[in-house]
Formats: sequence, structure tokens, C-alpha cells
Amino acid sequence: MATTPPQAWRVEVFRAPGFDDPDGNLALEGVRELGIRSVTDVRLGRGTLLSPEFTREEVESIASELLADPVVDRATVIAPGESPTRSIDHHILVAARPGVMDPVANTVHGVLKRTGRSPKSGELAVQTFRAFEIEGQPSPSELEYIGRAILANETIENLAVDSEGLSFGKPSTQGVRGSQDVVLLDADEAELVEISERGELSLSALEMREIQSHYAAQKREPTACELETLAQTWSEHCKHKTFAGRVKFTGTDGKVEEFDNLLKETVAAATHELGRPFCVSVFVDNAGIVTFEGDMDVCIKVETHNHPSAIDPYGGAGTGIGGVIRDILGAGLGARPIANTDCFFVGPQDLPVEDCPKGTLHPRRILRGVVAGVRDYGNRMGIPTVSGGVWFDEAYTSNPLVYAGTVGLIPHRFAFKKNNPGDLIVSVGGRTGRDGIHGATFSSAELTEDSETDSASAVQIGDPITEKRVLDCLLEARDRGLYGGLTDCGAGGYSSAVGEMAEECGAEVELDNVPLKYPGLSSHEIWISEAQERMVMAVPPKHEAELRELFESEGVEVSVIGKFTDTGRLVIRDRGEQVADLDMKFLHDGCPRPLRVAEWKPAPIADPGCPRPDDFAATLLKLLAMPGIASKEWIIRQYDHEVQGMSVVKPLVGEKSDGPGDGAVLQPLPDSNRGLVITCGANPAYGLIDPYAMALAAIDEAMRNAVAVGGDPDCTAILDNFSWGNCEKPDRLGSLVMAAKACYDGAMAYGTPFISGKDSLNNEYRVDGVSKPIPPTLLITALSQMPDIAHAQTMDAKEAGNLLFLVGQTKSELGGSHYSVLAGLQGGTVPQPDLAHSPNWLRALFRAHRSGLVRACHDLSEGGLAVAAAEMAFAGNRGIELDLSKIDVTGEHPTDADLDALKLFSESTTRLLVEVAPEMQTDFLTVLDGVPVALIGSITDDERLVIRAGDGSPLIQLETETLRAAHVGTGGHA
Amino acid sequence: MTAVRSLILRTAGTNCEAETARAFELAGARPDTFHLHRILAEPAQLDEFGILVFPGGFSYGDDVAAGRVWATEIRHALSEALGAFVARGGLVLGVCNGFQVLVETGLLDGSFGTEKTRDVALYANASGKYECRWVSLESQKTVCPWLQENEIWPCPIAHAEGRFVVKDQAVLDRLYANGQVALRYVTESGGEASYPDCPNGAVDQIAGISDTTGRVLGLMPHPERNLTPWNHPRWTRLGERSEGEGLLFYRRMVEVAQTAVSGPTEAQATTAH
Repeated sequence: MATTPPQAWRVEVFRAPGFDDPDGNLALEGVRELGIRSVTDVRLGRGTLLSPEFTREEVESIASELLADPVVDRATVIAPGESPTRSIDHHILVAARPGVMDPVANTVHGVLKRTGRSPKSGELAVQTFRAFEIEGQPSPSELEYIGRAILANETIENLAVDSEGLSFGKPSTQGVRGSQDVVLLDADEAELVEISERGELSLSALEMREIQSHYAAQKREPTACELETLAQTWSEHCKHKTFAGRVKFTGTDGKVEEFDNLLKETVAAATHELGRPFCVSVFVDNAGIVTFEGDMDVCIKVETHNHPSAIDPYGGAGTGIGGVIRDILGAGLGARPIANTDCFFVGPQDLPVEDCPKGTLHPRRILRGVVAGVRDYGNRMGIPTVSGGVWFDEAYTSNPLVYAGTVGLIPHRFAFKKNNPGDLIVSVGGRTGRDGIHGATFSSAELTEDSETDSASAVQIGDPITEKRVLDCLLEARDRGLYGGLTDCGAGGYSSAVGEMAEECGAEVELDNVPLKYPGLSSHEIWISEAQERMVMAVPPKHEAELRELFESEGVEVSVIGKFTDTGRLVIRDRGEQVADLDMKFLHDGCPRPLRVAEWKPAPIADPGCPRPDDFAATLLKLLAMPGIASKEWIIRQYDHEVQGMSVVKPLVGEKSDGPGDGAVLQPLPDSNRGLVITCGANPAYGLIDPYAMALAAIDEAMRNAVAVGGDPDCTAILDNFSWGNCEKPDRLGSLVMAAKACYDGAMAYGTPFISGKDSLNNEYRVDGVSKPIPPTLLITALSQMPDIAHAQTMDAKEAGNLLFLVGQTKSELGGSHYSVLAGLQGGTVPQPDLAHSPNWLRALFRAHRSGLVRACHDLSEGGLAVAAAEMAFAGNRGIELDLSKIDVTGEHPTDADLDALKLFSESTTRLLVEVAPEMQTDFLTVLDGVPVALIGSITDDERLVIRAGDGSPLIQLETETLRAAHVGTGGHA
Repeated sequence: MTAVRSLILRTAGTNCEAETARAFELAGARPDTFHLHRILAEPAQLDEFGILVFPGGFSYGDDVAAGRVWATEIRHALSEALGAFVARGGLVLGVCNGFQVLVETGLLDGSFGTEKTRDVALYANASGKYECRWVSLESQKTVCPWLQENEIWPCPIAHAEGRFVVKDQAVLDRLYANGQVALRYVTESGGEASYPDCPNGAVDQIAGISDTTGRVLGLMPHPERNLTPWNHPRWTRLGERSEGEGLLFYRRMVEVAQTAVSGPTEAQATTAH
């Protein structure tokens, strides 16, 4: 960053004396967490740089009217080139690097313009920064550390420590516009690989050879733009070439199976074989679409944004949610987003700072940043975040996973789209900059310890209000029928969006017509930039004027960047030159399909059985406080889960709204009682032992969560999101095959089709030359429906005197369980649903809900029966008494297993606790005829959880307040 | 009798238009949602409406400060028409971000259209965080014509900058003396609220204030998110419900607007339950 004061007016706004400064206080807390005691106070000043052409009077008026509050703020105005007088010991200035999106500056720019305050030249440069004033006596190295570790993210921000330097202006990059060849016809394999690596193309030697021979046949070198387009389109991220690729798989028994397309023959095959009539559009569009009620359909998509979130958690997660919202906006002819979901897999929050690998942000910083990113984007879009989860494991420290999902409503007549030759290619929304260059290829590569600095330009910063504007106008344009084709600009930018839309026809693009944030981009950078908040539509020329008027009236930029043709070619021009002329067929079908080798051998670990804990009560309290089980309230409350007014079952339920709900229920249409249910399931700890059982358990968990709140299992669709290691390695690919096979078997057994999915491979982290994969992580999201929201139910115990039934079978399944993790046990049998029976048990329970027989229902998952009962008790502020002798253990168990511990802590699937009023007992048992169900206890009014062993002696006696404190008290709290 | 018309203004970042329109529709009004630019093109359109609403959301991203940019724009471009609307007895409601906008315009503390410096503010929650949770509100002895003293309203809040503060004690005394303190956060049973029942650290747990006429009201919580029997966070623990408590808030407001437009009506006589 510059070291001299900026040649611009500078306004710094701090809180006035007498008004506290919560942002400064949070920064101070962060300093304390670093173990630095020499700082006594931190205050945050919000800074703005304004054009030096303004007069002092003008700047003072802008400061008092717009930048500072007359009651709670005080503003300081500093002339261009001058330094402020600071009365405190130290300060750190943090500003976005040139070219990094600065949404606040854009807003200030806009309002100054609209209220008639432009300087003489009309050039209204505005930039924002943060000024932290720091009291105390930190050493220079401590100050630097504070700046780097908590105040600034140097990937996207500059910081100045005890200096008044702030850079002011646009980035100075010197990209080449026009045609540029990449010389590769005569390259040997090593040189081809080098070209791919140098250009961050992530193309393999095989793919580079294919490209070489394609161009050799044409007797010319490819242009930079063509090569970049091929790299984006053939990237793992866009093409899913591994999952949709050829695989030779050797299983445990040595049997060999070959797949020509793993995805089509497993996950998607189940959907097609099931042929459920509620499926409207599956696996073909930006989102899966199913019928809902009347002429209204619903759609859903879940995406990963793992690698960007590792480098810039706030921007990465924010643009992750922004991107999946655009998927919904771009589904069919456009859907209205009504709910978001988010699931994070991160490292342990208490990881000692010295154990955090080089080049990795601390897991605490990652989780906080990710939560803030989802919060600020989702909340600003006015979409409730209703469902989610957080999983913790050391393996996610360097490669966190961020899944973001969005659900939308779409009238059935808009579920399909078609663009025609002659239609204009119209881009609406944000401008194009260097942000997000190579996101698609970056996400397809491994993270290295240099990723943080290498890949800065792959990071995107979101501007949710631009996307909100696009949303408002887009749905209006849809209703007026102004366009026929539509997609979002995601990974690969225009190259993917236009490339996909034009696959069946062809396109001509004029890059001169793309509005840029600043000059200096080369032609191919404009083409592949992943700048956010852009949508591309196919507009018949007769509608251009009306569409332009509509969007521009709400401040959304519209540019016609080309037209669709019938030539089957992608032709791109810039500055009067042709910069690409690609055959669509080669672009989309030319990628070679090598046969990959996969094998699966289970790790040879003996079943450790189920030892008896020294103290059952202490064990339960420890389980409740484990980060994966403990309350996520600090996260949930930062998300608006009420906006749009559809909320029926909220993420937190019960007497004090602190019980962990099993799933979200919404009433999407105000005039209909039909409900939409959103749940999820994931259990990476199982996956390390048995990826097949893990995938089935995740499906079962999502399904039983849906049924727990009243969802109809026969009206449920599911989504798969795989995050795996490097699947060029046979063991990683082997576990992916196992999980994919389970997806087929599970979907067929439950009658539940997959309607959309995504995979993110190469989630590995290389340190000191050793590559480590993340645990195989399959997130299953369920989108279920219920005929009448009046029959929705929550998990909190309701009324003393009611009976408590355990539905399902308890088996010796502690492999990967929280009890095993707590006890330090390796291996064991992973929970796996009984596919022949489990689906019918869920159907029966749904009928009980529909008959109004259920007063509370909670699924047994992490921590097993003990945790589920404890959660029901404190959530309902009621006591619960359980008698373990009423529970049978099904199947084999190790001879030395302690049966009390097994019944309390096994994580066997398809089990739920159901509260039933005594007068409903007969009806309930009639509806559940044929289902394993045991009356194991009752709700009491003494606010204690009492669990008796087989011999009647109390194993656990705990006050509900003690349970609540254990659950709410710690657990990844920030 | 024609239904009173309510205008819900929107701009970049507002996001509660749909549920707000639903509330007015259920309450018997005829809601319209217009983008600000449509009103700026012809401010006289305001004359057709009895109620003007600034809905919740994040106008202009809440960049700089919540509601600041939209309020600046309105002061510059709409102040005459807005002043006239209030002067002729139109009702104005600001919910959440809309409350922040009303405060920033100066309509609530009397600084609107004057040389006076604003002396009330809404700023960062004491927790430093955006929070979404249900709270209980108690209506105060207020000049606001559609609120009655000592009623408890369960309502969700969802905001980051909802802490109501005043320049000094004299300002607070003035607001009480004028009956401008309309709604305060209380515990569920009506007791004095501390965090989290008062979610933001507001002075005197103030959740909403009106102007001196009572016809311009702003509040942080969202009554329009509690219209159905199933919005309440504990509806599965309560007996059967016919509607959410928030609906009455809007019904009463529409009745008052109806009276202002057409004199006492049949509706008023029958809906006070």
C-alpha cells in the first residue's frame, strides 16, 4: 500500500463519545483471542475517500448529511495529501486492493450522483476503507500480527500499520485486447503440461494433446481465448468429467465393474427408473424442478464453494450463496428464491494457533467469515436461511467445505426455456472486472500452501444489492415474456454461460460491448471473468427496447453482447479482430474420456465394541457439548429465517426457542396450506470407515428429518453434493463409487429421486509434499412436502403424562459415532438403514402425523437416544423418564459390548422418538402396525431426565437446565 | 365503501414488500407496491393513497448506515410531496429498515424539512451482530391512534442496527411527554426486558416511536411476519389459533385510515376483537 496520504478528501467517522462501538469491541475481542494483552481498546472508524475536486464545504456537507450520524457519530474531514491528527497510540488502515469490489463505494457514488453532487469533471471517484484506532502498547510485530490475523484479509485488502498511506485509484493492469495465439502445435508433452500450468488451465496432458491435434488438423495455433474457453468448459467444475466419466471399479470382493458414465448409471439412473410424476425437470437445468401445488412448481439447487471460502471465507461464502441464488433465478425462465440452506464442514475451533498449517486461515476465522458471508448476502437478498448444519473435523482445517442451497417457486409454464438463432445475447447486472479469473479451473485444482497468494484473482466479492435489483427486474421481464432463454454467469463467466446456451446453435460475441469496471483486461479475461451478479438471456430483437427500459429504470445495466446463430460455431470478436472461432461440437464433446481406475478396500480395523463409560451422566453432558452436537444458535440467529413470512417450523424450536429442530417447514403460498419441508443429512465420520453405509445413512437422515416434522416421504426429492479428494487416485475414486452405488440403492428403496446435485473433487491439501484428502463428504438435502401445515410438528416435549415411543431398531452401530469419537475408538460397524423395511416405517410415521396422533417427534442421530431424549426435554422444559429394558437390541453385537451404553449411544438409523397422548396410544399403534415400536418412557413435569438401566437403577438423572447449559454453553461458540 | 389504498414503496434492497402487501390485503386495504422511481416521476400519485409504507429490507444494502441512503434520496427528491401527504392526514408506517429510513428523514423527531439537527438515532445493536428472534412488545400510552395501552404483541425482529438512542435525556423526556413512545420491548409476561428480550440495547427498551401526531409510526419488529396461525414460534405448544397477532396491528391501522378518509365505518364497529 502507498505510504503517503492519498491525494483525495478523506472522511473518517468514529462513534461519538458516550456511544459505544460494538464493531471496535468485537475487534478487541479478536485481539484478546490472539493472546495479546497489550491492547486496551480498539475503535473502528469507517473511512471514505472522495475526489480531490470537491470543495471543503461540499465534503463537509457530504460528511454530515450522508456519512456520519448527527447523534452517534463524529466525523473528521482531512484534505487531500494531508494526514489526520490522531490522539491515540496506534492505528491500522485497511482498504480493498485496487479492483476488488467495493459495494459501499458504489452506493455512495450512486447517491451523490442522484442528489446532484458531482465534482467539476464529473469523475466521481469514491473508495472506502476502515481505520482501526488502537490503544495500548503492542509491539510493532504484535500490531502487524493483529492486522494480518483479524483486521485485514491480505488476499483482497491492503493494510497500513501506523501509516496514513492509502492507495486511491483503479488497478493498473495491462491486458492485451485482440487476437493472440498460443503456440503449441510443435510442443511435446512436457511443454504442453507446462503451458497448461503456466496458464492456470488445469488441463491434463491427455486433454492438451487432444487440443493440439484438433488444431493441427486445422493447421493453425489456438488463440488464447479459444484455449481459455476449452479449459473452462472442460474443467472438472463445469464438466464433472470424473463423475460423469468412465470408471473401472474393483470392489471388496475383487469383483470388477465398469461404468461408462458413473453419474448416469448410479445417481441419475435411480431417478429415471423411478419415474416419479412429480419430477418436472431434473439434472438438465440450473436446478431440479418438481411440482408443488396447482400451477406452481418448486425448484432447488445446492452448490459448493469450497476453495474460494478457504482463501477468503467472507467473500467466498457470500458469493457461494449469491451464485446458488442465481442458479434459482436462472432455473427454467426464472424462479423466485424463497429459502436458503447452508452447511459448513470446518476444522476444530479450538485448534492451537501453532497447529494451523502454513498458508491456512485459522478454523475459527474461517467459520466466522463464512457465517458472516452467508449472513450478509442472504439477509440482503431477502431470502430466509432456514436450514443447515456445521460439522467439525481436523481434516477440514485446510480445506473447509461450504455448501449453499436455494429453493425457489416457479410457475409451471416457466419451467422450460429455449433460445433461438437470431436472439440477442443480453447480459444484465454487474460489470466485468478481473475478479474471479480462473475460478472454475482453480476449484478443480488442489489447494497448496501458496494458494492464498497465488489465487487472489480467483476470489470474488459479492454485491448483493445488485443481485437483488436483477432479481426484481428479471421476474417482471419473465412475466412479460421478454426473453426465451436464460442462465446465470457462474464458474467460467460468459465462456460457460454463452457456451452452454449456444451449444445447440452457435453464437457471435462482441467483447467491445461488455461494460468493464476498469480498463486493462485482456480479451480472454473479459470472456472468462467470474465477476458476480450477472445473468445472460436470449432476447428476441423486438423485445430489446422494453427489456432495456425495464432494467435500466431500476438501475440495472443492460448490454447486448452478441447474438445466437445457427452456425454451430462460437465466434468472438474484440477490437475489430476475431479472437476465437470454435466448433461447438469440439467444445462440448471433444474432451477425451479416459478410463479411470477405482478400488475399494475397507481399512482393516477390528470392531472396538461398546465399552461402558465410567459415568453415563457425564458422558451425556460431554456429548451435548461436542461441537457437532452443541447449539448452533450463535450462527442461526445471525440469519434472517423469518423474511417473506412463510415460516412454520423454525430452525430453533421449543419453549425457549433453543431446541434443535429437525427440519424447516414453510408455507410458500399464502392461500394454500400445503407445506414445503427442507432437511439435510451428512456423516463424514462414517465415510472414512464405510462410504457405502455413510451414503445410505445420509439419505436416511435427510428422510427421517423430513418425516419428523411431518413431511410425506412419498413426496420427497433429494439432492446429492459430493465433496471428495483427488479422484485420479484409485482409493479416493473407489470410495466415490461406493457412495454413488449407495445413492442408487437408497433412492430406489425409498422411492425418492435425486433431482439435482454437484460434485467438488480435488479437495486435498498439500503440505511438505504430502497430499491429504478430506473425509469423503456427501451432503444429502431433502425437499419434502406436506399436505397441510397444521399437521407439522416440532421436537420439543409437550405435555407431562404423554407417552414416549421409540420407532425403529437399535443395533450395535457405533462406528464413526460421536460416542466412539469421544471414547477415542477407531473403526466399528457404521449405521446403515434396512432398505427392505426403513422406508415403510417412515411412511407409517407420516400417516400418524397426518392423523394428528403425534405431539412431538425427534430423530435419533448424532449421539443416539441419550442426546435425542435430552434435547426433547430441555427444548420442552419438561422431564423425561426412559426405561432401557423396554428396548431390544436387534442383530449381532460384540459379546463384550455394554448394552446400556449401546442402547443410549448407538447411532442406528431410521429411529425416532415420538410423543403420544395416552388416549391416542391405541390409534398410534394401529397406524404403526408392523413397525418396530416400543413404549420406552413418558413425559414428566419434574424437569429432569431420568434414564433407568435394565435392572431399574437410574443410569442418568439430570436437570433439564443442566442439559440445556451443556448444549448451549460451549460448542464452537464465537 | 371503497377500501383504503396503501402504497408500499420499494427500491433497491427492500425485501418485505410481499408480506407487507399481504398484511394490508388481509386487513381490508388495497395495497400497491411501487418502485420509488415511479413516484418520483409523478409525486402527485401519493394523493391517491391513505397509507404510505416503507417496508423492511436493506435499502441500498444498508451501505454507510441502515436506511441512510434511501432517506437522503427521499429528503432530496420527495420531501415536498411527503410533507404534504403527512400534513393532510395520511398515515405513514416504517417497519425495520423502513423505521430506520423514517428516523433518518427526520419525520419522527420533527427535524424533517427544518434546520434542526436530528436528535434520535438507530444504530448498531449492542451485541454487534445481526439477530433474528421473536420478542414481545407492549404498546404504551401513545398518540398513535391504532395502538392501545398495555397490549402485548409477539413479533419477530431481524436487524443489525436497531438500537434506538437519543441525543440526551431531554429528548427522551420530550418523546414521553408527547406520547411518541409507542412500543417497548418487554418480557413475554410484560416485565422489564433485558437482553435478549430487548434484542438491541435500545434506551428504555424502545422498539417504536411515532411523530407528535401519532400518524407516522416506525418500529423495528415485523408484525407482518405474524399473520398466520403458524408463524408463532411456539404454535405447536399453543391451542388452536385463527390468526397471528400481527394481523390486528394492520387491521386497526387500516380502520383508522378508513375513518380519516371516509368517516366512521361499519368495519370499525365490528372488528375490535
